[in-house]
Amino acid sequence: MRTIVSSLLLIVLMITAVTVTAAEITPERQAELIYLLRQDCGSCHGMRLSGGLGPALLPERLRLWEVNQLAATILQGRPGTPMPPWRPFLTQQEAVWLATQLKQGIQP
Amino acid sequence: MKYILSLFTLLVVCEAAFGECLTRGTGDMGIIVERATGSLQVVDTSAHKSLFQITGLGDLSHASAVYSRDERYAYIFGRDGGLTKVDILCGRIVKRVIQGGNSIGGAISQDGRLIAVSNYEPGGVKIFSADDLSLVADIPSTRISDDKGSKTVGLVDAPGQRFVVSLYDTGEIWIIDMTNPKRLEIQRFKHIGRLPYDGLITPDGRFYIAGLFGEDGLALLDLWHPDRGVVRILDHYGRGEQKLPVYKMPHLEGWAMAGDLAFLPAVGRHEVLVVRRGDWKEVGRIPVHSQPVFVMARPDGHQIWVNFAFPDNDTVQVINTETLRVVKTLNTGKGTLHMEFTPRGEEVWLSVRDKDEIQVYNTRTLRQTHRLPAEKPSGIFFTARAHQTGL
Ligand code: HEC
Repeated sequence: MRTIVSSLLLIVLMITAVTVTAAEITPERQAELIYLLRQDCGSCHGMRLSGGLGPALLPERLRLWEVNQLAATILQGRPGTPMPPWRPFLTQQEAVWLATQLKQGIQP
Repeated sequence: MKYILSLFTLLVVCEAAFGECLTRGTGDMGIIVERATGSLQVVDTSAHKSLFQITGLGDLSHASAVYSRDERYAYIFGRDGGLTKVDILCGRIVKRVIQGGNSIGGAISQDGRLIAVSNYEPGGVKIFSADDLSLVADIPSTRISDDKGSKTVGLVDAPGQRFVVSLYDTGEIWIIDMTNPKRLEIQRFKHIGRLPYDGLITPDGRFYIAGLFGEDGLALLDLWHPDRGVVRILDHYGRGEQKLPVYKMPHLEGWAMAGDLAFLPAVGRHEVLVVRRGDWKEVGRIPVHSQPVFVMARPDGHQIWVNFAFPDNDTVQVINTETLRVVKTLNTGKGTLHMEFTPRGEEVWLSVRDKDEIQVYNTRTLRQTHRLPAEKPSGIFFTARAHQTGL
């Protein structure tokens, strides 16, 4: 029971985190982030995110990941692989927002 | 309505099929990849102008190109697995095939008859007829799971009708001998180092070098003596030092040489490495602005031009190869992605993505002389590549 309650709580927290985040990122910054995603993430993941040296970042492939897990990968990178940490350039909220976009799928 | 539409289509098709072709030599021509729009510009490097724009090439992020030996056709390798043959005199696509899931680069054989493409997905090398792009050979790479092969990178042509390629996931170098396409031969070198990310060949076609992401140093193969195997060079380099995160993988394209010195981008460091050809010992490290992506020599070998990874991709530096010092830092603009010298090196053309332009510099005065508009330009490829091994 306790686990159910706490996971529910976690989900609620996550949902609020996501909505709060979206509200706080200005449209200009959102446009910048999408540009970063296509151009700079795109140099390894493909401009259409269909994969390159790094794996495809399309909704179908990311189904099994939680937004927060993806955001953590984006911020911390994956040591030992070419995936670099983006913490110097992105806030936690921005990473969550990007991860949400990835899970939803952005228009090519 | 339907009538009008088909009439219209017919007109468009005619226009494309019978559009004016140029009657001229192509030695001072080239192409510029416009990666966002999936288009190419065909340019004249003497007149500094665009001759054609060609659309419909699919996903061109990270696209590269090679030329037929008559310098009339360009073969473009796109991210979506597309292989497109373009006639630069007529400004049109001759043939386009989707040959794989996700390709990264390719090469043209010594005799100009074969085009090899390396694929990330499903992983392997496919070889096509340069004439009609029909499949000649399909070479899967070493499996890493049931449906996936190792990604292939650093594919180049080598003398003796061979191709050389590195396998990213499994750490191998393969020599593919296409002397007899029906009975091709593959020589496999294993355990060459972790995560080779790109490769290059010396202009004489003798040495193949793979850069390693997963460990220090580079893997070297002497193609005159493949029996001697792959050896590690510069393996002491960076030992014990913490690498910086890499926001864009360096490219080992071409071979930046000046006399017997070779210049290479250091992975995860703000340095250009200088190595002596022959004993392959480190001669020096040149501190530069940021992490280098392309390190390219002016054809006379007197200058090296370097561009940089995100977030410092708004800068280009010029190194003097005698003093091994940076002599000029240029602020070109965000997204400076590629550089190409004119055949004898009096000019260099830079693509500046975020300004949607090509900038041309005089390499003697180091001043900008021309600008050409282009949509999110990335790779620039001039026809002189047709006669250079490895390009
Ligand atoms: C220098 C190359 C490179 C760049 C640039 C890069 N990535 Fe990655 N990324 C990788 C590689 C390689 C992996 C696979 C790591 C592994 O083997 O687990 C990866 C993995 C990921 C994953 C995990 C996906 C999965 O299924 O495992 C996410 C999410 C991701 N990257 C997002 C991003 C985002 C967002 C950016 C831009 C802000 C970015 N990456 C930029 C190379 C890169």
